Amino acid sequence: MQSKVSKLPVKQLLSIDWRKYMVYIAFVVVFIFFAVTLQDQGFLTTNNLLNIIRQTAIIAIMAVAMTFVIGAAQIDLSIGSIAALSALICALSLQAGIPIIFSSLIGLSTGVVIGLINGLLVTRLSIPSFLVTLGMMIIISGVAMWITHTAPVPILNDTYNFLFGGGSIGGIPILFFWMLVIAVIGHVILKKAPFGRKTLATGGNENAARFTGININRVKLLVMTASGAAAALAGMLYAGRMSSGRYTFGEGDEMSVIAAVILGGTSLFGGTATVIGSVIGSLMIGMINNGLIIMGLDVSQQNVVKGLIIILAVAFSKKAIQR
Amino acid sequence: MKQNVLRMKNISKSFNGIGVLHSVDFELQAGEIHALMGGNGAGKSTLMKILTGVYQLDEGEIYIDYKPVQINSTQQANEHGISMIFQEFSLVPTLTVAENVYLNKEPKTKLGLIDQQQIREKTKEILQDLQIDIDPDTEVSQLGVGYWQITEIAKALTVETKILIMDEPTSSLSKNETELLFQLMNRLKAKGIAIIYISHRMDEIFQVCDRVTVLRDGSNRLTNKIAELEMDQLIEHIVGNRVGDAFQWVERTYDHNAMPLFEVKNLSIGNKVKNVSFTIKPGEIVGLAGLMGSGRTELARGLFGLDPYQQGEIYVRGQRKDYKSPQQAIEAGVALVPEDRRTQGLILEHSIRENISLSILQSLTKGLFINTKQSNEIATEYVNKLAIKTDSINKLSGLLSGGNQQKIVIAKWLATNPNILILDEPTIGVDINAKIEIVKIIREFANLDKAVLVISSELVELLAVSDRILIMQKGEITAQHDRKNITSEEELEHAIQSF
Repeated sequence: MQSKVSKLPVKQLLSIDWRKYMVYIAFVVVFIFFAVTLQDQGFLTTNNLLNIIRQTAIIAIMAVAMTFVIGAAQIDLSIGSIAALSALICALSLQAGIPIIFSSLIGLSTGVVIGLINGLLVTRLSIPSFLVTLGMMIIISGVAMWITHTAPVPILNDTYNFLFGGGSIGGIPILFFWMLVIAVIGHVILKKAPFGRKTLATGGNENAARFTGININRVKLLVMTASGAAAALAGMLYAGRMSSGRYTFGEGDEMSVIAAVILGGTSLFGGTATVIGSVIGSLMIGMINNGLIIMGLDVSQQNVVKGLIIILAVAFSKKAIQR
Repeated sequence: MKQNVLRMKNISKSFNGIGVLHSVDFELQAGEIHALMGGNGAGKSTLMKILTGVYQLDEGEIYIDYKPVQINSTQQANEHGISMIFQEFSLVPTLTVAENVYLNKEPKTKLGLIDQQQIREKTKEILQDLQIDIDPDTEVSQLGVGYWQITEIAKALTVETKILIMDEPTSSLSKNETELLFQLMNRLKAKGIAIIYISHRMDEIFQVCDRVTVLRDGSNRLTNKIAELEMDQLIEHIVGNRVGDAFQWVERTYDHNAMPLFEVKNLSIGNKVKNVSFTIKPGEIVGLAGLMGSGRTELARGLFGLDPYQQGEIYVRGQRKDYKSPQQAIEAGVALVPEDRRTQGLILEHSIRENISLSILQSLTKGLFINTKQSNEIATEYVNKLAIKTDSINKLSGLLSGGNQQKIVIAKWLATNPNILILDEPTIGVDINAKIEIVKIIREFANLDKAVLVISSELVELLAVSDRILIMQKGEITAQHDRKNITSEEELEHAIQSF
């Protein structure tokens, strides 16, 4: 069936793929809703808005990497546990007197190595990434509990705590800058660099990508490794913010991150992905959390409402694409 | 005069104000096989979707057994005895034949559970009636594609079917499976079932159909007995005034004594390809004919580095190239247009531009980033050059017709500027206009002193385009003929089948 696109503006409006913009619309709607209803409780204060960013930036950083993973039609469930282990290892390194630069590199390489192992298992043994990372999640969280026998590791290095999460520059939390840098890098690679296109090609149609000469195993290996690295960075930011490493960091984050990515407009089946959408998706989940707390809902009620909003948002975007 | 089982009268349909069908008349008699033909966009699928209740007509009437009917849903179409066999099979591979045949129509026991025994027996009856010898307890995934088709038909026969619509049923079948299907269709016909047969394959239409209706630009151009038509006449009705002589073979000139551009020596791949040797001169188009399972596709895959070869050598311009991956094959100047554009050729949810530039990402990259401007230019260039019908290079490739999709795959490879172009079934499931254009594209490419290997089951096309034809049987090249020494399609057919 061939239908010519007419030049009428109405037709053009109809032909826009609303799914792409759903998260932005939802973001604005939720924002206005909270801004109006929670006007007197201080939702709109600078302090509270910065708080939202502080609470969301770490999820957003993992969501940027997860965008590539899901874009390549893979999944990574091990990120929460990687965050915990990397935080602990970095904290232990600092405790041992290793300088910040090396301690953070050690923390980062923890995630890189685990991500690489994930990738190798997926590509060499052809095990679905869901199963590989499910197993890895359990192993790594076990290791994280094991190495300090569940004891937290305090970080007394103020420079570290400032740089990795605790500090602010000109009133803006340093976490915001971390998020910005990672998001920009992720966005540019996804949209402009060959690797981004290869990732989406692999996720969109693995077979066709292979028939086009794309090394799909290399793509999978790299996205899994990047995801591990982002999770390690997230863990170290948790550590800086809390001035300690704990095995509980990142618990359940994998689900928040996946929700943020899908909410942002990335296809769960791979092939189409957006980094900016994922960041907005993360911010939206953070904003909902924050708004519900200010409303005075307790944790159980927050969870119910949060889940409903996620399902609604995805349902609307599905509806929009069917037109 | 036979009974009219269906009459569609003055059917019109438009989408967003654009007319797709203009007062189309279509009649179907009980116990006939009626071919429905036309290029992509001619309105065939819209007409069938109206008949099966997927779309509603704007104007017109439908009569079944001379009684006016309304068809507003697929449910209602089924109640009127209309069944459609889909191109993409709607079977569950992990269930048995019987379970598939009665899927969602399972007879129940007194307890309300599925009566497995009855399902099995009833399926057996249907299969016996069709004289098909398959065990109803076989898991569908264990069967060949041909039997999938038959299972689909059996599924349609569980309800009282008067009209059976088959859309390109043979596109994935081998010669034998196609024969089997045709026998089955004749048996259905003898039972008084009317079959609407949609296909682009001329030889099959002439072999199996009684009458033909041709649609072009949403109007009925011809309804006639097949026996009274010549193939040329039929093509003329389908393509309108654009009859090309593209399907006429033209003797091409190239240097027969030149050093081969592509040479394969004693190549063996698994047990599918045995000791294959051949050469292609610059400017030469070599055709590869063989039955399904003869090792054609395996050879193509091996030549593109997708599967490792155990033995043999490949030379490009006299230089030995031992490639082990598609990446290395591309570097050696080899390109493969694979047999299945939807699963191997394209990323359907990506745009035309993205698909075309996927093969040349490295050369499009300046510094760290892809040069968007250049990638737009290249996509636009090929959209124009290959006459890909689209309103924008940013349109999703999955939204285009088969012929245009195939052109995107070809464009993707032409963009790499290859020296050797291998095409595996380049015109499968594309309409006659697109076929003519693809043949033209292949010729123009070869005219640049490039080497082309065309693999095809469609002998008419192979005869039209090749300078030389290799015959492949059971993994070996058993013969080769200069095109000018082959006088007819039958001769080639015989060469392929004889052992």
